[in-house]
Amino acid sequence: MQTQTATDHTPSRPKMSVSTTDVAIEIRSMNKWYGDFHVLRDIDLKVMRGERIVIAGPSGSGKSTLIRCINRLEEHQTGDIIVNGVELTSDLRRIDEVRRDVGMVFQHFNLFPHLTILQNLTLAPIWVRGIPKAEAEELAMKYLERVKIPEQAAKFPGQLSGGQQQRVAIARSLCMNPEIMLFDEPTSALDPEMIKEVLDVMVQLAEDGMTMLCVTHEMGFARQVANRVIFMDQGQIIEQNEPEAFFSNPQHERTKLFLSQILH
Amino acid sequence: MSDLLFVRDHIQPPLPAPHRTSGVVLWLRTNLFSSVPSTIVTILAVLFLYWIIPPLYGFLIGDAVFSDPEGLRGEACRFEGVGACWVMIQGRWNTIIYGFFPNSELWRINLMFVIAIVLLVPMLVPKAPFGRTAALLFFLVFPVVAFILMSGGILGLRQVPTAQWGGLTLTLIISVIGITVSMPLGIFLALGRQSKLPIIKGFCVGFIEVWRAVPLITVLFMASVMFPLFTPQGVTPDTLLRAIIGIVLFESAYMAEVVRGGLQAIPRGQFEASSALGLSKVKTMVFVVLPQALKHVIPGIVNTFIALFKDTSLVTIIGLFELLNTVRSAARDVNWSSPTSDITGYVFAGFMFWIFCFGMSRYSIYMEGRLHTGHKR
Repeated sequence: MQTQTATDHTPSRPKMSVSTTDVAIEIRSMNKWYGDFHVLRDIDLKVMRGERIVIAGPSGSGKSTLIRCINRLEEHQTGDIIVNGVELTSDLRRIDEVRRDVGMVFQHFNLFPHLTILQNLTLAPIWVRGIPKAEAEELAMKYLERVKIPEQAAKFPGQLSGGQQQRVAIARSLCMNPEIMLFDEPTSALDPEMIKEVLDVMVQLAEDGMTMLCVTHEMGFARQVANRVIFMDQGQIIEQNEPEAFFSNPQHERTKLFLSQILH
Repeated sequence: MSDLLFVRDHIQPPLPAPHRTSGVVLWLRTNLFSSVPSTIVTILAVLFLYWIIPPLYGFLIGDAVFSDPEGLRGEACRFEGVGACWVMIQGRWNTIIYGFFPNSELWRINLMFVIAIVLLVPMLVPKAPFGRTAALLFFLVFPVVAFILMSGGILGLRQVPTAQWGGLTLTLIISVIGITVSMPLGIFLALGRQSKLPIIKGFCVGFIEVWRAVPLITVLFMASVMFPLFTPQGVTPDTLLRAIIGIVLFESAYMAEVVRGGLQAIPRGQFEASSALGLSKVKTMVFVVLPQALKHVIPGIVNTFIALFKDTSLVTIIGLFELLNTVRSAARDVNWSSPTSDITGYVFAGFMFWIFCFGMSRYSIYMEGRLHTGHKR
């Protein structure tokens, strides 16, 4: 059993190309309130295709809410969000269009407990993309092999370990062939020994050139994979920088305090 | 080196669990006489059984009248100390099962039962072949066939008005229609109650709260007495049809609340994961939420089914002869009346209801076990 944790990853940055012209996500002066509470304040963010962004920050800083706005699990009140050239409004067809191309992985996996692993993976390809069942199963097996658990296909989620469930959740998103992947604290609910197996899958995904936005506390992962680290507090982007500079030379007082708390 | 150091030098292999001793005496001691209170309860229970079993045996079997070789009918049971008058059930068997259906047409009901069983078996046994086909036939084709067989009037079949339907047949007809229609209606009402559209939500809440707050007897009376007042002159919808509609609407309100309980048990993450994959709201409901929600509330659903099955006996009060009413009328028949005919009838009717309800209960427990996918750990 490997006992190495993610923070021990040596930064051996793989070669990954980032487009300089092709915008994947553009957010312009976006604001969101929960009732009277101003949860996201004046967010401006441009994500290029192939970029890998890690979003860090204390709890309650709005980082999860921000990425949940990108596939409209949360509604924003003012400003614009343009994903893959589609502007998110209350138009349901546009929301579905965006969701087809944006995969999401949740902290608590959210697999469908009444379906087998294979059925979890084929549900959306069959009923959203209209792919024939046999073809969808073939696709599902391909991605299960990629996350290294093809032998679990016939089991139910309740029979798998947390790390395996999260890898299934990633494979489930990949089956929709997304152009952008959102990760909402994908390793926070896992036992320490299982974090690495999930991060390995995510690193591999990054090497394949996937556009990724990842809310995480795994700073080793950020150093190894991210092109940019964004630090949020009180619903605002406080600081963003390249990972090396971000960790070695934080500028804002709040960032320095945060890093001193988590990097010991 | 510190005294605290400990390093395991070999891994302990798993050992078999300690041998569990068994035997009659041990079983008695652990289950019946484990303590003083337990011993007292055991003794009281034995005394109770001693007190109840002999008279029960006497009534149901020992002193009961099983045969009537001389054709005395009720006379056979009219003597001192007689037990259950089973010959009465035997003698009025056709009425109890088929109601007042013409004798020459009974094959139609039998044929209907046979078709129902042939379709139900592959539908309810999980691994049987043609399950889906059987279900489609049962819900789409069978109702038409059954209606034609029961009421006739076409294809050269003699017409039988619903007033002549009765007995166990009528009980089963009302319950099967009640169950198969109130279930989907209840699901729609439960979903409507959670709707964000105020008109739909208001309608569903109003519907559920009104129907649930009225006794079924009142519903049936209103269906039989008040409903005709609102229909155009000369049009009197069938009494049975009105009763069935009343029961269906009444039970669907209950079903809606049971289903709502199941919907509330589904975590928000399931909706989010499904939406994030691009599944529409309807598909999320059909493929992700409802299968889980309904599975959670199988006990509640079956509870409602069983209540519905037993509630069908209330249609007696609007003059329909379902199982209980035919049994009672058989017992009161001049030819068959005897000191114990009434009780015999009630015992028999109770037993028939119990058989069906117990069957439903066991089947639901079996399905719960089958649908269990290991997520409640």
